[in-house]
Amino acid sequence: MQFTSMVLSNAEVSPGYHRMRLTAPPEFAAARAGQFVMVRVGGGIDPLLRRPFGIFDLSTHTPLHDGAVSQPCFEMLYRVVGKGTALLSTLHATDRLDVLGPLGTGFDLGTPGAEKLLVGGGVGLAPLYLLARHLVQQSPVRLFAGGRTRDDILCITEFERLGVECYVATEDGSLGECGLVTEALVSRLEQLEGGAELFACGPHPMLKAVAAIAAYHAIPCQVSLEGYMACGVGACLGCVTPGHGHTAETPDYRCVCKEGPVFPAHELGWEE
Amino acid sequence: MKPDMTVNLAGLELRNPVMTASGTFGYGREFADYVDLEKIGAFVTKGLSLKPRPGNPTPRIVETPGGMLNAIGLQNVGIEAFIAEKVPFLARVNTPAIVNFFGSTPEEYAELAGRLDEIPQVAGLEVNISCPNVKQGGIVFGTDPACAGQVVAACRRATKKPLIVKLSPNVTDVVVMAQACADAGADALSLINTLTGMAIDLKSRKPVLANITGGLSGPAIKPVALRMVWQVSRAVQVPLIGIGGITSATDALEFILAGASAVQVGTASFITPSASQEIAQGMERWLEEHGVARVSDLVGALEC
Ligand SMILES: Cc1cc2nc3c(=O)[nH]c(=O)nc-3n(C[C@H](O)[C@H](O)[C@H](O)COP(=O)(O)OP(=O)(O)OC[C@H]3O[C@@H](n4cnc5c(N)ncnc54)[C@H](O)[C@@H]3O)c2cc1C
Ligand SMILES: Cc1cc2nc3c(=O)[nH]c(=O)nc-3n(C[C@H](O)[C@H](O)[C@H](O)COP(=O)(O)O)c2cc1C
Ligand code: FES
Repeated sequence: MQFTSMVLSNAEVSPGYHRMRLTAPPEFAAARAGQFVMVRVGGGIDPLLRRPFGIFDLSTHTPLHDGAVSQPCFEMLYRVVGKGTALLSTLHATDRLDVLGPLGTGFDLGTPGAEKLLVGGGVGLAPLYLLARHLVQQSPVRLFAGGRTRDDILCITEFERLGVECYVATEDGSLGECGLVTEALVSRLEQLEGGAELFACGPHPMLKAVAAIAAYHAIPCQVSLEGYMACGVGACLGCVTPGHGHTAETPDYRCVCKEGPVFPAHELGWEE
Repeated sequence: MKPDMTVNLAGLELRNPVMTASGTFGYGREFADYVDLEKIGAFVTKGLSLKPRPGNPTPRIVETPGGMLNAIGLQNVGIEAFIAEKVPFLARVNTPAIVNFFGSTPEEYAELAGRLDEIPQVAGLEVNISCPNVKQGGIVFGTDPACAGQVVAACRRATKKPLIVKLSPNVTDVVVMAQACADAGADALSLINTLTGMAIDLKSRKPVLANITGGLSGPAIKPVALRMVWQVSRAVQVPLIGIGGITSATDALEFILAGASAVQVGTASFITPSASQEIAQGMERWLEEHGVARVSDLVGALEC
């Protein structure tokens, strides 16, 4: 679906990170956690391509004036890294944006009742919030949030409000444990008697570590990947990532925008 | 009165002169939810080879000002899977599907042309002799007029369907290449494919693309494409399809004035999935507003 969206709010939630709330058409309310949108960040040809962003949350917007009808809306949590995201960060309420979505596959919610362990690095927390909201209805949920500094730990109170138990680790020790969040994950897994299911989104090295931990404990694990995207719908084949059978001699590429961005971790190649 | 938007392109009857460009529209189905395929003249599918091709390592694309570089490496499903999985969709759409294809020897090109000739759902063939991202198959055929002529002649013998040859801009003289292809039996010429380019990441001191170089497309290449269409239109008789950075009806009409009988929309579909449809509608409105009865009246009508 392609639609024009109105910005409802766009606020800096941590240095370099913004949270933007946008209106959406009624059909958008059916978006699944882990799906993403492609946003046209400017009207001109530079930046040219749309930018992909995860769906942080879905809700309903009721305008303040009398007689106004409520409308679905969604939120994005984004980090300013370059031209496009810098432009996004300058937008204000009532500005318009051209959006394509929801796109991609989204997370599978797994077995009800089984403990769910969410692992997010930095802005990788973005798609995990909507996921957590869905999961808490049927399972205990714990979040492992990692980042370089305390500035990279986003929206933890929102997760806590859902009843999610949160573990925080930063590489410089400025918040929570000092070190990698995967260490906290490993100790939790060692305490657990029954099975657990893993869901992760964040930088590639973190996902690789989480995939290895899941394989070691033989538990299901889904990861949400990034790819450099031009179209977002499976037409350009720019966004592909190596699958588990991938070698230089027998290439095996998966389309991140269409077959993903969420994949079972064991289906991917983690070699590089 | 509504202007006449139809064109006859090398025997292909098109309802309007706007098509989508190979590699930017998948196999037609990918964008079908976003664009009414029956509002465009034709669509061209992703470059096809005999065997499936895996494509290049990632990163495969990067944006540059006003354009993008791609080094997909012609990833495609191969002819067998194409017939089994993609052709049924082509049959469902009442719009000509043109299949873009390539090989690594003239024999391979001819074999593919022959296989495609037997598929009734394939309305026309577009021979890619211009892909910058494969070592064999691209560069030589696309830059040496004798080799190009050989490939085109071999395809010509293998098919009765309209045969379009897509030219590379990465040559010293595009007119020589165009003439060689027309002489060898091409019914029409598409120009241009992407321009070889490169992007560097200063921080890592490395090229951005895994393949080091890639093909530049998008608005940034439009002036080069327009110039090439204009040069070729003055030298060869076969109809031309203008490609390169077309994002609006104005862009498309400029290509028609320069001598193109039809246009292809590439990168613009990534940004606006319905770009091709909107461009066709915009052209029709422009003709109506300017009292032009037939779009074909504008072909090559450049005053200079
Ligand atoms: C499915 C998906 C979901 C995403 N969800 C989010 C999200 O919820 N929040 C968020 O902040 N970001 C998200 N991203 C990453 C986001 O798309 C990029 O940060 C953004 O496109 C950068 O645009 P820019 O113009 O600011 O940067 P550019 O000026 O284009 O580039 C600046 C730098 O950013 C990096 N970059 C550019 N594009 C990407 C990309 N697609 N992936 C990773 N790094 C990139 C490059 O290393 C580049 O050097 C997601 C990406 C994908 C593929
Ligand atoms: C991602 C991508 C893939 C492409 N793949 C093919 C291809 O398989 N065969 C081909 O002949 N041209 C291919 N092209 C070239 C386009 O068809 C077109 O010639 C070029 O992009 C210029 O047009 P544009 O500026 O409108 O995009 C590709 C272009 C892009 C951007
Ligand atoms: S972004 Fe184009 S195929 Fe995935």
